[in-house]
Amino acid sequence: MKAISKVSGRAIPFGRKNVDTDIIIPARWLKTTTREGMGKGAFETVRREAGNVFDDPEYAGSPILIAGDNFGCGSSREHAAWALLDMGIAAVIASGFSDIFSSNAFKNGILTIELPQSAIDRLMEVSMTDPVDIDLDSQSVTTPFQDRFEFQIDPFRKHCLMNGLDEVGMTMAQDDAIATYEERLMLEKPWQQPVMR
Amino acid sequence: MPKTLYEKIWDAHVVDQRDDGTALIYIDRHLVHEVTSPQAFEGLRMAGRKVRRADLTLAVPDHNVPTTARVDVQGKPIPIADPDSAAQLAALERNAPEFGIRYIRATDREQGIVHVVGPEQGFTLPGTTLVCGDSHTAAHGALGALAFGIGTSEVEHVLATQTLLLKRSKSMEIRVEGALGPGVTPKDLVLHIIGTIGAAGGNGHVIEYRGSVFEEMSIEGRLTVSNMSIEAGARAGIIAPDEKTFAYLKGRPMVPQGADWDAAVAHWRMLRTDKGAVFDASITIDAADVEPTVTWGTSPEDVVPIGGIVPDPMSFADPSKQAAAQKSLDYMGLAPGMKMTDVPVEHVFIGSCTNSRIEDLRAAADIVRGRTKAGNVKSVLIVPGSGLVKYQAEREGLDRVFVEAGFEWREPGCSACLGMNPDKVPAGERCASTSNRNFVGRQGPGARTHLVSPAMAAAAAVTGRLTDIREL
Ligand code: SF4
Repeated sequence: MKAISKVSGRAIPFGRKNVDTDIIIPARWLKTTTREGMGKGAFETVRREAGNVFDDPEYAGSPILIAGDNFGCGSSREHAAWALLDMGIAAVIASGFSDIFSSNAFKNGILTIELPQSAIDRLMEVSMTDPVDIDLDSQSVTTPFQDRFEFQIDPFRKHCLMNGLDEVGMTMAQDDAIATYEERLMLEKPWQQPVMR
Repeated sequence: MPKTLYEKIWDAHVVDQRDDGTALIYIDRHLVHEVTSPQAFEGLRMAGRKVRRADLTLAVPDHNVPTTARVDVQGKPIPIADPDSAAQLAALERNAPEFGIRYIRATDREQGIVHVVGPEQGFTLPGTTLVCGDSHTAAHGALGALAFGIGTSEVEHVLATQTLLLKRSKSMEIRVEGALGPGVTPKDLVLHIIGTIGAAGGNGHVIEYRGSVFEEMSIEGRLTVSNMSIEAGARAGIIAPDEKTFAYLKGRPMVPQGADWDAAVAHWRMLRTDKGAVFDASITIDAADVEPTVTWGTSPEDVVPIGGIVPDPMSFADPSKQAAAQKSLDYMGLAPGMKMTDVPVEHVFIGSCTNSRIEDLRAAADIVRGRTKAGNVKSVLIVPGSGLVKYQAEREGLDRVFVEAGFEWREPGCSACLGMNPDKVPAGERCASTSNRNFVGRQGPGARTHLVSPAMAAAAAVTGRLTDIREL
């Protein structure tokens, strides 16, 4: 996973509340076999609306998405995180997230930043014309107009994101403990090894 | 300290305990199917990682496979028409050998729904931890395994490390004493339980089913009950292994043999909740209160005895439940006060990991013998849970009972349990189904589902409406 310390650029001022996983990626995209290319299905229904922010050339390639409360509610599908990642989103700033979504986002190296609605309103305004800067180390979001919003993040998640550590990699680093457990298991329950016939 | 069965299994699987309360838990068995695994394998490939214990992993396709003939008259596999389904199947067929995982092909006789195949092959063992990228993994708890569903990231994590990072759940005991009445099946019991504790009643808990009713129940019945633990919100369900469990497992292809078997059984006998162990929650249900049960709404908690009526949404105390019930009734096309036995059905589905084993098919056939499909019923699908169940049923002549009644006898798979393969219920039409979820759109967009036992589904097929099997 890529390490993140700073995310800078134009932010997509989406701003909606209760963006559920069906909006992020419609169910028909669940029958895929790869994470790549899922960005094409991202916000498919919103993109049918004339003048939507996702097709505005102004925000092409933006690494940040701004939304309202309860972002990522609905199903537990991880495809929502994959779709955002494939769109090039590295961070989502919202006034609230569903737990499952933020955990899925984290597992896929996407930074989720929760800020009060007043901050969201201000960032929406700035994003119309100017870029936004996120600094994970100092846990702050700043704008060229001297705005500065600080955010909270779980220290473990911060550590993982800043060092590009994924959970699988972290656990693999504990290989000794796993191997020791397996040795003990072989001694105590040798019969539990599956029979190959 | 006396421990619950869940605590014993948990403690025996801790690889590393962390200060924040999470623990690295060893996973003994991993079932893989075609829907939740492709991106997990892709993740491994991208990171150049291997499957740590391919020997503890078993792959079988089930969700997408059509239940029509798999091979043509020459025995050649028939390609799957839907390109997305075909791609998911092809991915599993490619990934399993690439990562050295045992793979049961769609055309093998052992193929079936993962949760039917695991116990049937003896892949599921008491006291093991078992996971699968599917929420109904809870079923395997019927054999005394700690079994639960996981997401795709976790599938990848287990493939790579054979462990999961978890927080311990709370424990709940559901005790059912007495004896189930005539015509009352394990499915009715579990629907009754979900109706009693609610679809979120088990949130954050692992449920242990205890009491004389479960002791008397067959393993297949226990699988039906444990399977639906997730519909009560629980992470897993578990039933202490006993002589019935050992008799069920003995001689199955993947269970220990000879002296190993004896050692295993000696260990399994210790897998019970200690006297004096404390559960975080305890629920007691009197078996005599359970009647043949059906759902009327779009949550598995929306249950009523078959002799009952469609409830009035205003009869619920909670205002949010009132609104939800009204929405459910609108979707289901039902009016308050209607007798459940007056509800006509156009479709019947007997199958799914909840009710597709041989005892389920026998119970259905017992109702059907000498009767035929009602005129208003458009389709009746009988979908055995595995090729082995299908074979056994055919040996017993059950297939002929169904076919003579005008039902369709299909190949094994998830089928109409979820609208992912060609077996769907058309919008606005009603289905009596032995599956586990009556969610909006679960059996196809706009489909209306009533969850019932296999015997009740069979009765609906021959009468054309929801029916009390005790009156048939
Ligand atoms: S039968 Fe239904 S619930 Fe069971 S594994 Fe298949 S889709 Fe899931």
